[in-house]
Amino acid sequence: MSRSSEGALVAGKLLHLALMLLAGIVFAYPMLFMFAAGFKPSETIFAELGSPTALIPNASWTLANYRAMFEKGSIGAYLFNSGLVSLVTVVAGIFINSAAAFALAKLKWRGQGVALSLVIGLLIVPFEVLAIPLLLIVSKLPWIDIGTGAIVFGWLDSLHVQFVPFLANAFCVFLFYQFFKDVPDELLEAARMDGAGALTIYLRVVLPVCKPVIVTAAIILFLGMWNQYLWPVMTVHTSEARTVMVGLQQYYGRTTQWGEIMAYASIITLPVLIFFLAFQKHFIRSVVGSGIKG
Amino acid sequence: MASDIKHFGHARWSEVAALLGPALFLFAAFVLLPFIMAVGFSFTNIKLLQTDKVEWVGLDNYTRMFSLKLVEAPAALVKVQQNPARQWRQLKRADPVAFDGFQYLTDLELAGSQYLVGARDPQFLRSIVNTFLFALLVVPLQCGLAFAMALWVNQKFRGRVGLRTVFFSPVVTSMVVVSAIWGLILHTDAGLLNQLLRAIFGEDAAQPDWLGDSRLAMLSIAIMSAWQGAGFQMLIFLSGLQGISNDQYEAASVMGASAWQKFIYITVPGLKRTLVFVMLSTTIMAFGLFTQVDVLTGGGPRDSTTTIIFHAVRVGFREQDIAYGSAMTLFFFLFVLLLSFGQKKIMERLGS
Repeated sequence: MSRSSEGALVAGKLLHLALMLLAGIVFAYPMLFMFAAGFKPSETIFAELGSPTALIPNASWTLANYRAMFEKGSIGAYLFNSGLVSLVTVVAGIFINSAAAFALAKLKWRGQGVALSLVIGLLIVPFEVLAIPLLLIVSKLPWIDIGTGAIVFGWLDSLHVQFVPFLANAFCVFLFYQFFKDVPDELLEAARMDGAGALTIYLRVVLPVCKPVIVTAAIILFLGMWNQYLWPVMTVHTSEARTVMVGLQQYYGRTTQWGEIMAYASIITLPVLIFFLAFQKHFIRSVVGSGIKG
Repeated sequence: MASDIKHFGHARWSEVAALLGPALFLFAAFVLLPFIMAVGFSFTNIKLLQTDKVEWVGLDNYTRMFSLKLVEAPAALVKVQQNPARQWRQLKRADPVAFDGFQYLTDLELAGSQYLVGARDPQFLRSIVNTFLFALLVVPLQCGLAFAMALWVNQKFRGRVGLRTVFFSPVVTSMVVVSAIWGLILHTDAGLLNQLLRAIFGEDAAQPDWLGDSRLAMLSIAIMSAWQGAGFQMLIFLSGLQGISNDQYEAASVMGASAWQKFIYITVPGLKRTLVFVMLSTTIMAFGLFTQVDVLTGGGPRDSTTTIIFHAVRVGFREQDIAYGSAMTLFFFLFVLLLSFGQKKIMERLGS
């Protein structure tokens, strides 16, 4: 009796292990395969695709794909562009959205209710509805050329067209708003007694206590910008301002050099994956936070 | 002022303006204005690079989406020409005025006679069918997968955190990258999936053209999308599972309930709200399908993966017909609005 139940236990454990292995393969293999394929000559990728040794480095592994990619394409520039666009969005977005949320949650003024429902109303408008008219708007807006100081019209094919429309983010405002509502008024009142104005309180008292939301907002803003696709496809057609995802789509559409495509995909995915593995807890919290808004 | 100190928050307008101003200005310029423009455009004939005068066309863009024309195929014509699309073209050639603006959509048999159906925009009508098909495939697939994954990693065993990480990692990976990798997996002759099929079933195993066969392409995209996104819903299910108190399970154990009974009588009712929320929000996401289609199939083969948003972007941006493109995205918005409203109502009814 005890012997057979022990046997069942062992069998159950083995089955569980096998299931874990299968799930691991189904979910991790495609990504591991991408990294491995980036180091292989394109001809051998398909031949080795199904074999378990596809992931193990061997003598045929080469850096040729990476070399070709850096020589041919402007991947360095694309990475720089994506990094810049993401960084500006994260930094400016955190200030703009948290300041707005602070005014909505903690200050009292006429019209507050209207402003709040407006922001919540914006949450539901999908970007797809805005994209086409937005294209028309940005194609006519003025911008100061940093080099010459001249005013130029039309934002197409620039870096700023890829982040300015996304700095204010209704969802981020909402995230900060929910957090600020739970910040005790006493904390702010103490500062006010010392004669601090609303701006000082926001910068000195409120921002420092909302680090967890800042991390959440930063992750959401960063992922949105690094992975953005539809809008850059519409607004950027020159390689100077191109960002990484459009670069990959171009690569994908123009070559059958799968090794190079996979090397490219690896390079633009690696920063996000490392970032994710390092800050997994925060990532998971921000995703749960962003999912449960209903 | 004493009242200022007592009631924290009575702020000066300059302070409110400094804090809220930037966000409000950006929202006005980049969300509100384009939204109002989209509504306005949808009643005109405006083009991206406008050369003619812009005119109000009333509801024409909206009727264009749904206009149908039904004609009986003349028996004589059916005898000589089997292909209904060609029958349609012959009829159109014979009477160009009556058929002006209409293209062949489909054929159908009604009460024993053969009918041909044309539409002013057959691609749009197909895109609605395709979008619904995608939602119908991906929602059960993705939510079911996510639910199973959440139940699994909610158990206590070694490696559960690692497993959760593996399940979630595709979510942070860009859809463009995921599409590129899956392009390699789904490749007809040499792709991983077909190699696997050959390895299991031998050399004469079926070798489907996953992305090139119009009956399979949408299914392939749905499987890939579920694979990429399920980790997200898994986390939401997990936080729902953690909300169910352990006491209930313990009490059930004391009463001798089986694992299955606990699942049916405690877990499922406890997750009702989460289930509704996840299913409806996945449906809303599914309706916006664009990136996967744009990278992998470009809407093909034979329009079988053209979705509402893909068609709207093709018409509104690539063909520069922003008026009609706006009308289509507003139709999409109406749909999203309805779903969100339904979601809110159901959640309210379920209580907290």
